[in-house]
Amino acid sequence: MADVSSSYLRLEGIRKSFGTFQALQDIDLTVERGEFVCFLGPSGCGKTTLLRIIAGLETQTAGRIHQAGRDISVLPPAQRDYGIVFQSYALFPNLTVADNVAYGLVNRKQPKAQIAQRVEELLKLVGLPGSGPKFPAQLSGGQQQRIALARALATSPGLLLLDEPLSALDAIVRVHLRQEIRSLQRKLGVTTIMVTHDQEEALSVADRIVVMNGGVIEQVGTPLQIYSEPATPFVADFIGKGNRLAAVAEGNGMLRCGHLLLPCPAGWGADLPAGAQVTLYLRPEDRVVEGLDGGHPHQCVGTVRHVEFLGGNCIAEMQVESLPDQPVHLQFSLNQMYDLNVREGAVLRFALRADRLRAFRRAG
Amino acid sequence: MAAVLSLSSGALRQRAHWTDRIAHATLLAVVAALVVFLALPLASILVKALQTSDGGFAGLANFTSYLASPSLLSSLWHSVWVSALVTLITLPLAFGFAYALSRSCMPFKGLFRTIALVPLLAPSLLSALSLIYWFGNQGIARGFIRSFGFETIYGAPGIVIAECFAVFPHALMILVTALSLADARLYEAAAALGTSTRRKFFTITLPGAKYGLISAALVSFTLVMTDFGIPKVIGGNFNMLATDVFKLVIGQQDFQRGAVVGLLLLTPAVLTFAIDWLVQRKQTSMLTARAVPYRPSPAPAFDASMTAYSILVSVSMLLMLGMAVFASFAAFWPYDLSLTLRHYTMGLVDAEVGDAFVNSLQLAAGTALFGTIIVFTGAYMLEKTRGLDALRPVVRLLAMLPMAVPGLVLGLGYIFFFNLPGNPLNGLYQTLPLLVLCTIVHFYTTGHLTAVTALKALDAEFESVSASLKVPFFKTFWRVTLPICTPTLLDIARYFFINAMTTISAVVFLYSPSTKVASIAILNLDEAGEAGAAAACAVLITGGSTLVTLLFIALGWWVDKRTQAWRNTSSH
Repeated sequence: MADVSSSYLRLEGIRKSFGTFQALQDIDLTVERGEFVCFLGPSGCGKTTLLRIIAGLETQTAGRIHQAGRDISVLPPAQRDYGIVFQSYALFPNLTVADNVAYGLVNRKQPKAQIAQRVEELLKLVGLPGSGPKFPAQLSGGQQQRIALARALATSPGLLLLDEPLSALDAIVRVHLRQEIRSLQRKLGVTTIMVTHDQEEALSVADRIVVMNGGVIEQVGTPLQIYSEPATPFVADFIGKGNRLAAVAEGNGMLRCGHLLLPCPAGWGADLPAGAQVTLYLRPEDRVVEGLDGGHPHQCVGTVRHVEFLGGNCIAEMQVESLPDQPVHLQFSLNQMYDLNVREGAVLRFALRADRLRAFRRAG
Repeated sequence: MAAVLSLSSGALRQRAHWTDRIAHATLLAVVAALVVFLALPLASILVKALQTSDGGFAGLANFTSYLASPSLLSSLWHSVWVSALVTLITLPLAFGFAYALSRSCMPFKGLFRTIALVPLLAPSLLSALSLIYWFGNQGIARGFIRSFGFETIYGAPGIVIAECFAVFPHALMILVTALSLADARLYEAAAALGTSTRRKFFTITLPGAKYGLISAALVSFTLVMTDFGIPKVIGGNFNMLATDVFKLVIGQQDFQRGAVVGLLLLTPAVLTFAIDWLVQRKQTSMLTARAVPYRPSPAPAFDASMTAYSILVSVSMLLMLGMAVFASFAAFWPYDLSLTLRHYTMGLVDAEVGDAFVNSLQLAAGTALFGTIIVFTGAYMLEKTRGLDALRPVVRLLAMLPMAVPGLVLGLGYIFFFNLPGNPLNGLYQTLPLLVLCTIVHFYTTGHLTAVTALKALDAEFESVSASLKVPFFKTFWRVTLPICTPTLLDIARYFFINAMTTISAVVFLYSPSTKVASIAILNLDEAGEAGAAAACAVLITGGSTLVTLLFIALGWWVDKRTQAWRNTSSH
């Protein structure tokens, strides 16, 4: 708790209810200065509501917010320090690009030449120099979102809030622009919170991801932690692809899954009573297919039932002898697909990477 | 800290910024205005209906004495069957015309549409004046009406025909909208299944326009029920509720029974409004964003018959309008039909009509200017600012209420409320500012809905972005919202102007000799037997409205050129 006070943004016990509906419950979160944090979750999980509460566009039912050592819990938006970008861009259509970017600067009564210089500097920053005299309708969606970003950054806010900024864009523009936003954020060092429902987007740009579901935070962690060490079944299900396998505890630190006997993941399940129901999560890439010898543990033999081709790789649905009625999806690169002759009806030998397994006890 | 928070009851409230306070004060001012100039006058009708003539509590005595009066009961019956009959006649006629405009490939659609909507620019009683010139005692075609078995045009026959003409454009506008909201994919699917034209009409077109038909029927019924001018001019001894109110209040000073009749007029209007509101909500949910607009394809026989029908309707519209124009130029009807400007010069020189026309222009200009400002400000504060959450549903209700209140009833409420000796606003009574306020309130709802629709089309986050950039909302209102909404503002102003020029029902209770407006002058001239001058006055109003409409169109075109350049910039 010692370094909590040095955090740039601190949320304490944020709750939000609409009538009897609990949109957010007891949210605690700290964001460090210069960090890029993503709020990730399915629609209706409360991520946008939380962002709007930080912006002061909604008021939390209870809870405190501190930004840069200042209690901003009940301050109106105009007295907070942030820039915001919305999914809809919200550019003023009747103003030129330059007037849009200068919108917050004009209010600060700076000399005109200084404003014009700052606007050009910002347009260069977002890769659209010289587009000042155009109207927003003359720009593509991606360009408009860059202008919205420039407008939000114009007043050099301490906090940048991005509300699904890429959701309205084409897939290719999206991938391109998210990397630009990321490098821009690195260059400026501005603390940034981005709301998204796209896990790939969050994994690729965030320093830390806040996974939300049903108004609560499921897990906070780096993209790698979120992916490889999901803290809850929801995170394991929501992030990436995975096999969900039913298993039963043996009571000696081992789990029985079909005919396989697997060790509990490290540091988990030591006190699990025998007979406890467990769900195992296994990523499709967490298997060994090459260099297998007879001594490798957790070996299986399976028949390929179906191959889903995905471009650079493929997912094979396997019927495994030692896992009756629990088909397993395994991922193969295109090269492996040729080398191992992965096709419908083929019989493959592989081993599960038990060290990568995640296990959660099932209720009931 | 956390413990204190969890113990404290109630939700956190954001501190209000000074700009929020400005917004709240403005919204409160709009609410206060609507309460004083709408809710309180209406409430005073109710109070009056429950009072004895010396101010004591009467209970339902006024209602029972009303029901005991056979003459008033017969007026009620007259109002109901005339309104029903006009609705039954107008609805199919207007539906046919709307069908021709939206579902055929007939030529000159714009011209037909314009002609059919012209009556909106005239006071509704213009058609009654024309009917008298055609079929009245000295009408040029009075034999024609006898051949249909009618003794005279005065009374029910005249009222029904004149109302049909007056109500037609209102029904037409609703039906055209309903019929243009067609999804072409339904017709393509039906055609792919080999469905006959007749069956397509009964299974797709008619159900699709169902809500429009209901809406148009309700509007027609209420308009006729509460119209005052036409029965006054051509009704003769045929009494209706609307004329009764006038006689009771102005003639006999029987405010209590006037209030009872006022409430009777209010009831169908409020019912209509409630049904229409429910129906409109269903209508919007019917058409999805993915619908493909229907485009009629040429069908020579069908198009020709639709053209013929439209010509028939348009010609009768023009004959109706043209007769009043012609009569206003005729030297001495029906003996000397040589053309002269006598009625105009006499009327204008005779101070009454000239002053009344100037009053009308002042009323219309004032209504257009202040009405647009108030309506748009109110709608903006309602839709785009934050806080005062409990008050907002009240504002919405107050803004919708005028649509359910006939002008005659509103005017009645104004007499009762502003003529009250103890009322500090008593000084406003019979002044032009009160006429302006009354007219603004009378036509508030349509203006409000137009403004709300335009504001809802704007990105909801403009205000959020402004706040984050620390720009006060009123700067964004001035730099962004107003420029984008200028075409809408012009539409609202034009609507207010035209209606203020032609309205009779609300202002008939509120004028004094010095604030008499032209539409009232028609009634007075007609009553005084000055038929030619009455026609001239009606034509002046129609001409003025037409001119102003053209001016507004020109202004709109200019504004588009000047301020809306950003709309037509193509994306590259």
